[in-house]
Amino acid sequence: MIFSRFFRRRTPPTPQLESGLRRSRQGIFRQIVQLFERNQVDEELFEDLEALLIQADLGVTTTEALLERLRERVRRGEVRDPVEAREALRDEMVALLESAMRNRRVKIYQRGVPFVSLVVGVNGTGKTTTIAKLARYHLDQGRSVLLVAADTFRAAAIDQLKTWGEQLGIPVIAHAPGADPGAVVFDGMQAAHNRGIDVLLIDTAGRLHTKSNLMAELAKIRRVIQRHVPEAPHEVLLVIDATTGQNGLNQARVFTEAAGVTDIALTKLDGTAKGGIAFAIARELGIPIAYVGTGEKPTDFAEFDPETYVDALFFGDEED
Amino acid sequence: MFEALTDRLTEVFQRIGRKGRLTEQDVDEALREVRRALLEADVHYTVVRDFIAAVRERAVGEEVLRSLTPAQQVIAIVHQELVRVLGTERVPLQWASQPPTVFLLVGLQGSGKTTQVAKLGYHLRKEGRRPLLVAADIYRPAAVEQLHTLGRQHDLPVYDEGTKANPVDIVKRAVKLARDQGYNPVIVDTAGRLQIDEPMMEELERIKEAVRPTEILLVADAMTGQEAVNVAREFHRRLDLTGLILTKMDGDARGGAALSIRTVVGVPIKFIGTGERVDALEPFYPDRLATRILGMGDIQSLIEKARQEISEEEGKKLQEKMLAGAFDLEDFLRQLQQVKKMGPLTQLLEMIPGMSQLLRQQQVQISDDEYKRVEAIILSMTPEERRNPDIINYSRRRRIAQGSGTTVAEVSQLLTQFKQMQRMMAELGQLAGGRGRGALHGLLGGRNPFGGLTGLDGMPSLGGLPTRPTQAPHPARHTKKKKKRR
Repeated sequence: MIFSRFFRRRTPPTPQLESGLRRSRQGIFRQIVQLFERNQVDEELFEDLEALLIQADLGVTTTEALLERLRERVRRGEVRDPVEAREALRDEMVALLESAMRNRRVKIYQRGVPFVSLVVGVNGTGKTTTIAKLARYHLDQGRSVLLVAADTFRAAAIDQLKTWGEQLGIPVIAHAPGADPGAVVFDGMQAAHNRGIDVLLIDTAGRLHTKSNLMAELAKIRRVIQRHVPEAPHEVLLVIDATTGQNGLNQARVFTEAAGVTDIALTKLDGTAKGGIAFAIARELGIPIAYVGTGEKPTDFAEFDPETYVDALFFGDEED
Repeated sequence: MFEALTDRLTEVFQRIGRKGRLTEQDVDEALREVRRALLEADVHYTVVRDFIAAVRERAVGEEVLRSLTPAQQVIAIVHQELVRVLGTERVPLQWASQPPTVFLLVGLQGSGKTTQVAKLGYHLRKEGRRPLLVAADIYRPAAVEQLHTLGRQHDLPVYDEGTKANPVDIVKRAVKLARDQGYNPVIVDTAGRLQIDEPMMEELERIKEAVRPTEILLVADAMTGQEAVNVAREFHRRLDLTGLILTKMDGDARGGAALSIRTVVGVPIKFIGTGERVDALEPFYPDRLATRILGMGDIQSLIEKARQEISEEEGKKLQEKMLAGAFDLEDFLRQLQQVKKMGPLTQLLEMIPGMSQLLRQQQVQISDDEYKRVEAIILSMTPEERRNPDIINYSRRRRIAQGSGTTVAEVSQLLTQFKQMQRMMAELGQLAGGRGRGALHGLLGGRNPFGGLTGLDGMPSLGGLPTRPTQAPHPARHTKKKKKRR
């Protein structure tokens, strides 16, 4: 096809991410192809790019910022045709995500001290499923894992985590429904110590960031963790659903204030949603994306890589 | 956000500096701002485009009413148009002529289907029905258990066959059971699925074929972004949706997705989910959602809540006391308890236009625990102390602090702030005396019982929060602030 040479892959594929993102890219891929089939960089091209980015949930402000940088490069004469424009936009998008990646804390796993990962987010983003995937991921790396069911609120949340624990063959620390999440976490920390666990994954109840009492609860959970291991939690993962719109930015802001979010896990990328809000979060708050979820199975999971993500989502490859 | 939009529009019109008829140029400049507001609210890109085109057509050439500024005029047109698209009438649930009626709830993973099934069951039982909930999500771990737990908690019967049976058969047998035992309606919880998941969408088609549901309701999360359009369109194409339930509206999402869905599939919005509790299901009011999408807060809902909880008479009595400067801690406590009845404080504050923005900007954390703390402090006082706080010396403060589990400093802070509030009210009272009562009524929210709302203003600061300046503001300045409702 005529456009295949424009879409030369720059980064090696990640199998899970690829298969999950394939669906996301249908539709939008066709659009972008048409976009760069134009012969010149004109106002219409910018309008179409704006439509594309906004429809991917990047939001007005982030979209404008990206396009402004592109315009600047056009003005400077670095970008002369649509193919160069495509490359330039891609680079800007990757650079945006990479600048947030620089804020990533190196994840150090040491024997004897449990690596504590606190998983938080609003309701229904896929926290429990993400925990199962993370558990599977750490098991594959040869680490011992313990799950803590600190969602004592939602009906049957504990059962859901226990089911995963059974499937993956890992222990789950749980109390009765309605118990104090802080107490469950306390027991989890103690158990992790006693059993010499490498990675402790804590599932928390979904909560809207506007409920300040529930946000205070998260702060309390943090304190309980720190009483055992002062430098923990080593990772506070905010789970954001790829279908989330501009509200994701508020979520990230408030969860960071309350629980010190270190990374984003972007879930449900197996649909047609693109998760563009992650760009806005990276740009405005500098929070990096660590993982992506691309399905319901524990293996539908990958470490995040900006180039692969941007290429897969927005710039496709020959096979389509 | 509303302030942002109004301010920006006002600025635009000041720049143009004309009145009279709205010219094309006026409208275009204004609509650029409106467009941005809608996109920021997650309304779909193409929906915004069409919407703006429709508004433009209506607005150009329209006479600017004498009572309005051009900015207000444009907002009014936009608001009306939004309400028109969202549906001007509430459409109730439809019932089958032959019971049992089947309601099928469908949607993406994590949109809140299971919770809404329980809420709907609870809501309809309150209306005197005998609902049967059906657990047809056999895929997500513990989804069946979740529905059972909710059923048990609220005494609602749940039909399930575990996770081994086929969902189509489960639903068929549930409907038969309902017919035999007189359950009506049957409310079916289906598994969350992507609209592009072919086998899963076929499963829904088969369920529909098998039991002919009267309502097929799409459960959609208010926080959904641009994707809402694809989801709704595809579910509608496969299933012919009859309505929409918009969930997680208790958050601060603007809910533009609802406008997208309405525009694309045209089905009415039947309910709004406003929390995890089983009673957090509300009827849908288009004008309120329109206001919210534009970022204008939801003052109507707040007033309605206040009306429900505070009787007119009580409000009036309280008002007189306040203006006479005779408002004491006992009145305050009563007021506090009334406000508490209206729901979580954060939720109330969010309804005030611009408030959520303001609170976030100032990084103020308002917690319902503040209620409890203030309440505990006042309850630890003797009636005498409540009526006459001036007698509370250090030793009394220490006793109150001990009794309420707070510190002496917290007690003192509450007393100081209460005194400021009292003084402010007295000053307001004098102001009202001078300028006539009517003005004051308007100032404090008109007919609306005034206890509740003033309580909202006073409360956070009494909880020791830095929401207002530490010294009592000058009454005139306060007046201005109130009117602007920032």
